[in-house]
Amino acid sequence: MATKAVFSEIKNSGLGFWAVLGFFGLLVLGGVWAFMVMHHGHYVTGMDNQIVWGMPHVFAIFLIVAASGAANIATIGTVFGKKIYQPLGRLSAFLAAALLVGGLIVLLLDLGSIGHVIEMAKGALNFKSIFAWNMILYSGFLGIIVVYLWTMMDRRKIAKALYKPVGIANMIWRFLLTMGTGSIFGFLVSRQYYDAAIMAPLFIVISYVIGTAIYTLVLMASFKMTGRELGDAVLNRLRSTLAIFIAAVLFLVLARHLANLYATEHHGVEGYMVGGGSGFSSLFWYGQIVMGSLIPMFLIWCRFLKNNRFALIGAAIFAILGGFVQFYIILIGGQSYPLVLFPNAEVSSSFGDGAFNAYSATLPEFMLGLGGVGLTICMVIIGMRFLRLLPTNLADEVADPHHKAEV
Amino acid sequence: MSNINSYRRKFLIGVTGTAAAVTLAPGVFLRQVQAKANDEAVSDKVRWGMLIDVNKLEDGGDACIEACKKEHGWGNEEHSSDLQDAQWIRKVKVTEKMTGKAMSLPVMCQHCETAPCIDVCPTGASMKRPDGIVQVNKHVCIGCRYCMMACPYKARSFIHETLTDQRPGTPRGKGTVESCNMCVNRVDAGKNPACVDAAPKAMLFGDLNDPESKISKVLKKYGGTQIRADLGLNTGVRYWGI
Repeated sequence: MATKAVFSEIKNSGLGFWAVLGFFGLLVLGGVWAFMVMHHGHYVTGMDNQIVWGMPHVFAIFLIVAASGAANIATIGTVFGKKIYQPLGRLSAFLAAALLVGGLIVLLLDLGSIGHVIEMAKGALNFKSIFAWNMILYSGFLGIIVVYLWTMMDRRKIAKALYKPVGIANMIWRFLLTMGTGSIFGFLVSRQYYDAAIMAPLFIVISYVIGTAIYTLVLMASFKMTGRELGDAVLNRLRSTLAIFIAAVLFLVLARHLANLYATEHHGVEGYMVGGGSGFSSLFWYGQIVMGSLIPMFLIWCRFLKNNRFALIGAAIFAILGGFVQFYIILIGGQSYPLVLFPNAEVSSSFGDGAFNAYSATLPEFMLGLGGVGLTICMVIIGMRFLRLLPTNLADEVADPHHKAEV
Repeated sequence: MSNINSYRRKFLIGVTGTAAAVTLAPGVFLRQVQAKANDEAVSDKVRWGMLIDVNKLEDGGDACIEACKKEHGWGNEEHSSDLQDAQWIRKVKVTEKMTGKAMSLPVMCQHCETAPCIDVCPTGASMKRPDGIVQVNKHVCIGCRYCMMACPYKARSFIHETLTDQRPGTPRGKGTVESCNMCVNRVDAGKNPACVDAAPKAMLFGDLNDPESKISKVLKKYGGTQIRADLGLNTGVRYWGI
């Protein structure tokens, strides 16, 4: 333990507590309903043999990637020794675990034959598959998070001694985990939009954006609802972190598309995805770039909005929505663009060859994904109720080591 | 008496010869490799392959598709949409942009030597038998569909609903992925795949590892084109006329 901050559970679990828990609990029930419906077969979804991964996967990958990013707040405090971040570590690690579990549940419940997963436990694992590696990376991450939380919450000497080494292990593991998730889309040679190793680092930086944004909102909401004081010093750190990572994502996105445009064989897919050739282009420019990147950066860096909490909330919400749109474009757009069976020829068939594949998610798909979000938030709320995750006070004079009292 | 013996001898020789011809014909004349006993392990000395002469496929592969449907029973899903229905083999129309040359050809699992579907499968359900046939082990497939993302030929289908009355030789079921298995049930029984029998003039099936097999001889003499040869997958299905 590297901080002297005081932590406490949520004690005043009044109407507000139950209302929020009830709302997200309803989402979980919606997810259960969706699973029951989808269990009869995926024909109830908008997914088919062309768009094989749909809205549940967008939610799942969003949550899993966000998990890695949410834990980054703890990393900054532990690995880089930034004292102001250290009281934020417990919530950061717990939120990360909750996001990961939420995402994994969605992924698991979307499988065609969940019962066969037991075969994997029995050893049916193909280590050439990035998916198989991810199973190990995800479960390992949860294990490390448990130990990491213990090092932060236990006052014993051994816990204190392990705080930094475990923090470093957690950081390295997160790197591998997010790269593993990005690599799912990095080495599919036949897919025009996925065959790019830049997906691995891109996913790492996206994780920082959406993880920081979600963390900021959870922190602000929980402090507001529990009547704790949250100063500008902490929020401004989170604000800057968010904006810098949004800029970093923009840089990698630019590099990715410029690299693609250099190769003539990718001009078709680039035209489709960003050149105005489809609805995905509009989503890219208006959803990912304007709403998800430029507006949040403006809300954060505009000098007239300094210390403006509504601007920060807006920036975080837009960054989250932009991140979601980005995953939608990567997943659905990438599958929508047809495979090239015969270059320089027009092809058609009853199986969607040569066609831009359409997709519209059905209600069960949305509900399954939202069920994962609901589960995540419920776990966080229950965690805050029973564990000392939240500092009692993050006012500037308490949290900021460089704070100077106003004269 | 001697005449009777002589007739009897000729009759017996005739019967024996006919019986021998009937027994050997499938192995010697129609196919170059014998049926495999049920308890006999699949051998890697064999690599099954197929050659499709598109110019001789007058219907573009319709008969092959019908034979495949009949053999394996796919394509009759009750609830699934057209794009959710399984298609183990499909007819693809190709028109070259510059010359306008048009053709139709059947496309199915190409039974790659280095199959991307096998690389990505987390459980090992996507597998290749030692004799080169790529198929899905339905007992281990979790239905993640990563193989469908990876297959360059879009050869795989996911089963979107509960199935009934499956064919005994073709295990299929909801929530798993499936594709052309080169009629592994027929091949093990010493027969040709159903599509090959449906288009005998245009399709040839045999052992690519046996230099004396007909398919190896014609491929050695005239070559055979792979779809997306640039991917370096060394497919077991080759084409003429594409």
